[in-house]
Parts: sequence; C-alpha cells; structure tokens
Amino acid sequence: MIRVVLPFHLRTLAKVDDEVTLDIQGEVTQRSVLDALEAKYPVLRGTIRDHDTAKRRAFIRFFACEEDLSHEPPDAPLPDEVVSGKEPFCVIGAIAGG
Amino acid sequence: MSGVRLLVGTVKGAFILESDGTRKKWKVNGPHFTGWEIYHLKGSPADPNRIYCSQTSGWFGQVLQRSNDGGKTWEAPGGGVTMTPQGMPQGESNRFVYDTSSETGKPLTTHQWYDGTQHPWEFKRVWHLEPSLTDPDTAYAGVEDAAIFRTVDGGHTWQELAGLRGHGTGPKWQPGAGGMCLHTIILDPADPNRIFVAISAAGAFRTDDGGKTWKPINQGLRSQYIPDPAAEVGHCVHRIAQHGSKPNVLFMQKHWDVMRSDDAGDHWHEVSGNLPTDFGFVIDVNTNDPETIYVVPIKSDSEHFPLDGRLKVFRSRSGGNEWEPLTKGLPQRNCFVNVLRDSMSVDKLDPCGVYFGTTSGEVYGSADSGNTWTAIVEHLPRVLSVEAQTLS
Repeated sequence: MIRVVLPFHLRTLAKVDDEVTLDIQGEVTQRSVLDALEAKYPVLRGTIRDHDTAKRRAFIRFFACEEDLSHEPPDAPLPDEVVSGKEPFCVIGAIAGG
Repeated sequence: MSGVRLLVGTVKGAFILESDGTRKKWKVNGPHFTGWEIYHLKGSPADPNRIYCSQTSGWFGQVLQRSNDGGKTWEAPGGGVTMTPQGMPQGESNRFVYDTSSETGKPLTTHQWYDGTQHPWEFKRVWHLEPSLTDPDTAYAGVEDAAIFRTVDGGHTWQELAGLRGHGTGPKWQPGAGGMCLHTIILDPADPNRIFVAISAAGAFRTDDGGKTWKPINQGLRSQYIPDPAAEVGHCVHRIAQHGSKPNVLFMQKHWDVMRSDDAGDHWHEVSGNLPTDFGFVIDVNTNDPETIYVVPIKSDSEHFPLDGRLKVFRSRSGGNEWEPLTKGLPQRNCFVNVLRDSMSVDKLDPCGVYFGTTSGEVYGSADSGNTWTAIVEHLPRVLSVEAQTLS
C-alpha cells in the first residue's frame, strides 16, 4: 500500500482530510503512483502533471525519504520505504511568497 | 420578492453576496475555494442556480467548478469517480485542448511573443465564463492564451471554436502585460449565431455563424502604442458592453479611449468626450436606460489608480461624450485602487443597481443607478470579477 501526502489545496480539491493510500500493481514509480492517484481522484488530473505531456507542473515537487525526487525519471523505481508504505510519497507545492 | 446575488471572484477565493430587492443589507458568504484565484463566476440566465466558476492556481493549474444550487455547494463536473464503458476512469472538466485540426480550424500554432518572434499557443487559465442565454448546460470560456471554448454538457468537456484562432490574424496577436487573454464574450440575444469577443492585445472579433468563422471588428480604433495605430488587429481592448435594446450598439473601454459602435462593431467612434482620462478597464450599461453607461477612469497605463486618489464612477446618459462624475459614498482622498476589467456589473431591477470591486478588496454598490454608493463589503482579497444576478 502506497501512502501519498498531498498539499492542502489538492486535499481540498480531492475532498480528503489526510494522506491517501493507493494499491499499485507492478513496479512502483512516480508515473504509476500518479496514474493510480489520478484514477482514484480524477479531479486531480492536470493539477500535478500537465494533461497532455504528463510532465510535472513547474511549481510541484516530489519528496520521499528526505530526498527531492522531482528530477528523477518518471519510470525510475521509488525507494523501498515508499513501496513498503513505511514512508509516504509527498507531493509538494513549491515555496513562493512575498 | 426579488433579490440580487453578487458573484465575486478574488485572488484568494470566491464570495457570494446576497440581498433582497431593496439592496440595503447584504449577507456575505465565503470564501469558497479558499486560497485559489477565482478569475470569474457567472450564473446561467436560463437557470440562476447553475453557476460556473473558474478556479485557477499557479501551482495546480485550471479547475472548473459548477454549482446547481446558487453557490451553496460545488462540484468539478467530470471530476468525480466515473468510469467509461471500458472500465477506465474519466474526468475531463479541467481540460482545454487547442484544436489544430485542418477540418475544424487551421493548424495554427503560434502567435507573436514579446520579442517579436512566433510563440506556441499554451493554455494558462480561464479568464471569463459566459453561460448560454437559453441552455444551462451550454457555456463559453475565454482563455489565456487567447481562444474560446464551448461546453454543451454542463462543463464535463470543452471544445475550442478554433475558427477564431484560425481565421488568419492569429500570428499578429500578442500578449499584453497581463497575458494574452480572451476576456469578453457577448452572446447576442437577438441573433443566436452572433457572438462578440475581445482579446488583449488583439482586439474585438465577431462571428455570425455560431462560432465557425470570425472576423476582426476593429475599424475606427486607434492605438498609439502599436506601429500602425489603425491596424486591423493588435489593439488592447479592455472590455465591451452591449446596449440593452439595440444589440448592434456596443460600448468599449479600450486601453485608452472609450468607444462606441452602432453597427455591431463594423465601425467604432470615440465617445470619451469630457472624461478627465479615458484610460480604464470596466464599462457597463444601465439595464433600464441603455443609453446610460458607466466607466471608472484610471489615471494612465503607467499609474493604475484614480486621478488624484479620488475614486469616481463616470456616467453618461447620452451614450457617451457627455459624462458626469459620481462620487457620493466613494472615497475622495488617498484612494489608489484599480477596478479590473471583469469587476463591474449591473442588476435588472428598477432603479438599476450598479456594482464594482476594487483591487484593495472593496465591493461598492449603488441601488439608484449610480447616484449614491455604499461599500457592501471591505477587506476582501483583490477583486478580479463581479457579476450580478437578479433573482425573482
């Protein structure tokens, strides 16, 4: 079971209060996690990845196990701790302020 | 008893203000969609409880929301868990895909960029939503980069009317400082096949065949900030409003200049008259007296605030040229706000109610056609849009 932490605005949009859990068949990668997330919560389509290119939106980051995985290939395996459910896969809204 | 509902979009959420027909006491509901930019909300003329809302974010992109109960509850149409007959999840309400097919438009893929080079069309956000006059499930969306989309299934799916981008002048369109947005859509009540749109910075356009083909309608506009001041396209039109009983009469607030057309946009002439400055963003028309129009003059394109720090609405009772300042109830010192292009609206009561929102978060209303004003609400986030619904 994969745990995914969403930023506040996406939790609101998906109408969830806490982290979400996903069952994934096959290899656990950024792409398979996000595919499963969007399948379970279609309203999130286009909010994390571009609708057509499937590229990460500019101000979104992916963290896990205290590492920034944003620039990892989308089909690279995620850490074992994420696969086992020990650690969550975190979708982060990049810091911007002023 | 009749009433008025104001739909207010701000940079940090949506607010819904409601009053009875006296328009003296207002109830403020919200924020809805807290923290998101709400560029525009608008209710269906055919079903006032059906409201469309553009929810957008620099982080998360575009979301379309819809209410079927006057704004009490909302849903992202198509955003729920629904499945195709093949068992695949579907949810397409937020998807705006430019149509570049050779059949429905032309494979036009670039416009002019700030440096003069050609740049691909890239969807950024929905600026304006215009529900059909007759069908609650049909609505139009004006988007950045400039294009017009239509839904006929209540916002589940959106299709571009690609003839606008594809009619030939697209490569000459260019973004203004706020982006290249299609911000005005007017559905002609007298002719269901006629639609007017306006784009910054391209100009005004019209279709007479329901959106298949379009033509620029900018003859008479003069813009000193482009190489050919009388060019066919390239004008920064800020807003257009339509005469209530003569649909061929249009009023325009351009970057500079207040303009009027008496032939559905084929020709324009200036009606700035005695305005102290003819720069501004909003323009609207009195519902009961369609020769009475309103603007909020702004000092200049470099200084986006009222002259002398005094907030004044100007009213013309003669369709332009002769203007009078309306100040009673509006701040007359130290006021340095702006009123953005979608932030003025009128109701359909008698006397006509006039409303506008400011970049410092006030929404002002007048229940007597502009003679006197009150702040309906203050200290909201920066107001992006105001739409009035008249409820029976």
